[in-house]
Amino acid sequence: MGMAKELGLDLEYKYGFHDPENYTFKSRKGLDRRVVEEISWMKNEPDWMREFRLKSLEIFLKKPLPTWGGDLSGLNFDDMYYYVKATEKKGRSWDEVPETIKKTFDRLGIPEAERKFLAGVAAQYESEVVYHKIREDLERQGVIFVDTDTAVREYPDLVKEYFGTVVPPSDNKFAALNSAVWSGGSFIYVPKGVRVEIPLQAYFRINTENMGQFERTLIIVDEGAFVHYVEGCTAPTYSSASLHSAVVEIIVKKGGRCRYTTIQNWSTNVYNLVTKRAIAHEEATMEWIDGNLGSKLTMKYPSVFLVGRKAKGEVLSIALANKGQHQDAGAKMVHSAPETSSTITSKSISLGGGRTTYRGLVRVPKTSYGCKSRVECDALILDDLSASDTIPYMEIEADDVTMEHEATVSKISDEQLFYLMSRGIKEEQAAKMIVQGFVEPFRKALPMEYAIELNRLIELEMEGSVG
Amino acid sequence: MAVPKLVIENLQAEVEGTPILKGVDLEVKGGEVHAIMGPNGAGKSTLAFTLAGHPRYQVTGGRVTLNGEDVLAMSPDERARAGLFLAFQYPSEVPGVTVANFLRTALNELRGEEIPARDFLKLLHEKMDILQMDRAFANRYLNEGFSGGEKKRNEMLQLAVLQPKIAILDETDSGLDIDAVRVVAESVNRLRGPELGVIVITHYSRILRYLVPDYVHIMFGGRIVRSGGRELADKLEESGYNWLRRELGLEEVEEEVAPDVR
Repeated sequence: MGMAKELGLDLEYKYGFHDPENYTFKSRKGLDRRVVEEISWMKNEPDWMREFRLKSLEIFLKKPLPTWGGDLSGLNFDDMYYYVKATEKKGRSWDEVPETIKKTFDRLGIPEAERKFLAGVAAQYESEVVYHKIREDLERQGVIFVDTDTAVREYPDLVKEYFGTVVPPSDNKFAALNSAVWSGGSFIYVPKGVRVEIPLQAYFRINTENMGQFERTLIIVDEGAFVHYVEGCTAPTYSSASLHSAVVEIIVKKGGRCRYTTIQNWSTNVYNLVTKRAIAHEEATMEWIDGNLGSKLTMKYPSVFLVGRKAKGEVLSIALANKGQHQDAGAKMVHSAPETSSTITSKSISLGGGRTTYRGLVRVPKTSYGCKSRVECDALILDDLSASDTIPYMEIEADDVTMEHEATVSKISDEQLFYLMSRGIKEEQAAKMIVQGFVEPFRKALPMEYAIELNRLIELEMEGSVG
Repeated sequence: MAVPKLVIENLQAEVEGTPILKGVDLEVKGGEVHAIMGPNGAGKSTLAFTLAGHPRYQVTGGRVTLNGEDVLAMSPDERARAGLFLAFQYPSEVPGVTVANFLRTALNELRGEEIPARDFLKLLHEKMDILQMDRAFANRYLNEGFSGGEKKRNEMLQLAVLQPKIAILDETDSGLDIDAVRVVAESVNRLRGPELGVIVITHYSRILRYLVPDYVHIMFGGRIVRSGGRELADKLEESGYNWLRRELGLEEVEEEVAPDVR
């Protein structure tokens, strides 16, 4: 019976279309001081932000590329557009969004999703957010949901207090790059005790070839508040590389909770190099639900710094790597306070020659007593062409720690396939059921609409992958 | 509906180059219950897996037909759709796939059309009640963390829901306490009728007290060496297999522990 023969990878990537460019502004290719100053000037920014960008550029230029993780040799920083502004307008209704761009988001199903089940939507096209809307009742409760550029202008005190404090520019080369050329992204503030029960969503779309998208997201969840933020990403299929290098900073204050869900489905020419980090204060909860399906290379390790007693961190992720893809993803949990707990559940699927890597770190310093951590990494490899690695780091200095770690690597077993087939289920369907069962713990954490979409995407990836 | 008929003629099969089945002949019709008994290593489970089409079992000779159709030419899923069912001794765990989802998918495949959710649930609950299963069981992941008894009941639930023409029960009684054996046997008894033929593969005669066979066959060395009525099972229970070894001119061995004392 055997799994996965050659994979007829004429996979249809549904989002690979692109629009003609008729843009307001497009920076020249390459990156230097002038380009950074131009971006800042275009945005009419305060001096402190321009200084922040220029300082970050210096750090970026000095820092070497990481030598671990994925192969970055296909990335040419000189052959890239760092800032592309497609339109002058930013709509609060879809009618205000230029027709071609609106059509694109229609094809991606965003306005429809907004009508059905979202409390607020941001849509970013290239470098700028082109649509932004939040339900009025939330606005009245003091919830802020705007693009980060707007936040710099309208909420300077809040932004200044937190911007760059969770992920400083010096953190890594790509965090420095983002800090220098960032544009767009979401800024969310949820006041004390306010619970946003319906998700807020941002959608990121790259359209231009050789485009770099550098959104910057900052979320502050005040004491006892709750928000669920969902982001989706797609891009056209081009033969040359695009870069998506976001920075996401989250602060969850005492007793607050933030859930951040990503379904990344970039086309396979996109380098997805993202720094996502949260700080969880006393009794706060931070949950990263992270799905990585597309891209050429993803390097992403959502982190939680547990700085207050009894804070909780969770990362639940899936990665799917098909032909030519490498998903180097994982999680980082730093238990800086006593009695903090963390859970990392990582599921990966590789097929058609794809490669998945789990790379994770759990750190418990000596002073953090009574901490708990559980790490589970399960890799499913569908054929002999594909590979998976697990690289878990544990730095445990405290004595009184409950630590669990489990890692499994499996193939779809002949026994499982035979069992399902012996009930009349065809082989391809049986294999899909097993894979969908494998990702079920992740799927269950998604809002229903995304769960359906995830199933559909996995089915699409598996088309023709079973002999 | 025509009464189903499974015909096995001179079936030979090997596992990784080792011949196990050396010419099995058997005919099973709807309404009949056949018990196949025999000591460990006789080839009983090999017969079950070969009939279901497990890829590890290579057929080297003989014929199998179900209502005249060539079973050996079919893939495992085609055999199931033709009406063959194997209740596994050690069913696989499939994490993340619920019992209900699995059964509904299978039933849709067997029927060739979508069964409405409400009709399916009604059918499922009716069968679960008969098997004295908690309805919450339907939402558990297939065989994951099931006790031995739960696994066997789950196999019987599938049998009841999928309604095959020929059911092969491979050591369904093993590892069960006597009450569970009775529940399992009675669930099969309820399904007995001209539309279902049953092959019960068992090491022990215990289950046959509740699931009374019409025919008993004894397998030895990859062949059926004796066939008779239920009295054959009684004789095995009383005297073990050594009388048969003597008759066959084989060396006697120390008998395994008496089965019913647990």
